[in-house]
Amino acid sequence: MSFMQIKDLNVHYPIRGGFFNTIQDKVYAVDGVTLAFEKGKTYGLVGESGSGKSTTGKAIIGLEKVTSGHIIYEGQDVTNRRRKRSSTYSRDIQMIFQDAHSSMNPRKRVIDILAEPIRNFMKLSDQEERKRIKELLAIVGMSEDVLLKYPHEFSGGQKQRLGIARAVACHPKLIIADEPVSALDLSVQAQVLNFMKDIQQQYGLSYLFISHDLGVVKHMCDYIAIMYKGRFVETGTRQDIYSNPQHIYTNRLLSAIPHIEPETRVARKEARQQVEEKYQQNHHQYYDEHGKVYPLKSISETHKVAMSGIEREGL
Amino acid sequence: MHTVNDLLTIRNLTTSFRLKDTYHAAVDNVSLSLQKNEILAIVGESGCGKSTLATTIVGLHNAINTKVTGEILYNQQNLTQLSEEQFNELRGNDIGFIFQDPLSALNPLMRIQEQIAEGLIYHTTLTKQQREERVLELLEQVGIANPSRVARQFPHQLSGGMRQRVMIAIALSSKPAIIIADEPTTALDVTIQAQILDLLKALQDETQAGIILITHDLGVVAEMADRVAVMYAGQVIEEAPVQELFNNAKHPYTRSLLNSIPQTHQENERLEVIHGMVPSLMNLPREGCRFSARIPWIDASAHESTPQLHEIAPGHFVRCTCWKHFHFENEREGVSV
Repeated sequence: MSFMQIKDLNVHYPIRGGFFNTIQDKVYAVDGVTLAFEKGKTYGLVGESGSGKSTTGKAIIGLEKVTSGHIIYEGQDVTNRRRKRSSTYSRDIQMIFQDAHSSMNPRKRVIDILAEPIRNFMKLSDQEERKRIKELLAIVGMSEDVLLKYPHEFSGGQKQRLGIARAVACHPKLIIADEPVSALDLSVQAQVLNFMKDIQQQYGLSYLFISHDLGVVKHMCDYIAIMYKGRFVETGTRQDIYSNPQHIYTNRLLSAIPHIEPETRVARKEARQQVEEKYQQNHHQYYDEHGKVYPLKSISETHKVAMSGIEREGL
Repeated sequence: MHTVNDLLTIRNLTTSFRLKDTYHAAVDNVSLSLQKNEILAIVGESGCGKSTLATTIVGLHNAINTKVTGEILYNQQNLTQLSEEQFNELRGNDIGFIFQDPLSALNPLMRIQEQIAEGLIYHTTLTKQQREERVLELLEQVGIANPSRVARQFPHQLSGGMRQRVMIAIALSSKPAIIIADEPTTALDVTIQAQILDLLKALQDETQAGIILITHDLGVVAEMADRVAVMYAGQVIEEAPVQELFNNAKHPYTRSLLNSIPQTHQENERLEVIHGMVPSLMNLPREGCRFSARIPWIDASAHESTPQLHEIAPGHFVRCTCWKHFHFENEREGVSV
């Protein structure tokens, strides 16, 4: 059973202009997103830049104002609620940012960075706090002599690990990871992904994994949602999406991933161009007059895909 | 390895930066060559010297804090000996450069057409009218749908993919013989990346230029390259034709890198991790195999004392002898490579 549901989430930004600075139009950054989180699973949110995947993550954690829709956490509606800093929701939902460096206060030492969530949410004595911080460092595989260092003294991978340590400090239920590895090198990326998986297994965490890297998403996620212009194009399990992609946009995205097989690159290039051609030709069938995809329909228990225009009219 | 009809030959190139009054080599004794109509990919993690190599070729380092030794031969000239004036003749004319981040490489206060025309003013005798025509032609060539409108726009008005196309248009403006592309698609989405890479390839077929493609993405390498040089800690540690490299990689570093890719068609639970990290410039081990610290389970006697590149198959070079004894940590020792 899912512990958290997101129902028809919308985040719209007004475009102001004209003489009285009135609202002329809206940007539909997130446009009707529905999701449910189960314990210990990883949910991938994939899309090109500007598709609204980061905004979705931020809206869930409360960094963006939700225009309409509901976020229900353990039976309670937490949408746009004014929350005390110490509320359970703020404690249980944490975030890992893409740029670990800019997400940390450059004037604080590691010990204070990691202590901040502990001081906010847990009532611990100084000694207990210190012990917890050491535990956290052990979880992410760093030695205790980093405690008095500043963020700039670390490499990118280490900083990202500190970001993870900070996120898991108060035993969260859901971690929203917004492109956690896209700034990292391959071998470091592998380290961080392994850590994330280990921590998940140990503590039964759920992740909302936001990324544009389909290879990483496939490695990490149980369920995947492909996003385009604020809407879901296709959702399903990893197998649904990668082995049986239905929507033309998903196909196009998958065909664009570079593979490490130089022998087949000519064939793949042709396949890619065919998909692209088909995409250009049949574009109007899959997108409405605003260039958005149609609502989702279920094609199996787990697999949902946006309808084509013909199906939409037949409804 | 080096033949007479090389377009560009790099011999024993060392680029050192002055840090606290001592020089540290970021690119250490690198020898490479580039043929006409060839894509040479240079791969490595950040800090391995691949971008330094690229910027050294076009002489973008200031002479006060940088020391360059060795030879870069292009058209019977040694680029390391050129004066700034002579270099200005080459840059943008014979050698085009595509930067990673087009937003910071483009001038935010200049319209696209002025930026593209800038190189033409220096390097050609075209009239203003001809230049404008050439700009539109270039924009069309790089696949911009509405060239006359884009030409009058500013960089911030364009999307990331469009900006990168403009960068390519600038690099192509005077039909260079060599294009150096430093992480050209790192900041782009996969679909745009595929478009830009296809575009580069198509333009190369047209102009027969030699391309040096610098990237950390092995997927891009597999899609694009003819030959690959893998760099680690300032040295080329493996060089091979692309198929050879992906099917028959020898150096422990290359194999570890290939092993740490989360591939889209395999689902292994854990990714392989390379121990330790790339040593920083100041505390690079200058003697012995530079990768040895990251494969501590391999016996020290497996490494050469001064590792050299060995040709183990035609065109396939591997540095050091440790690859013969290398196995992944979780593999049993003595598994034949």
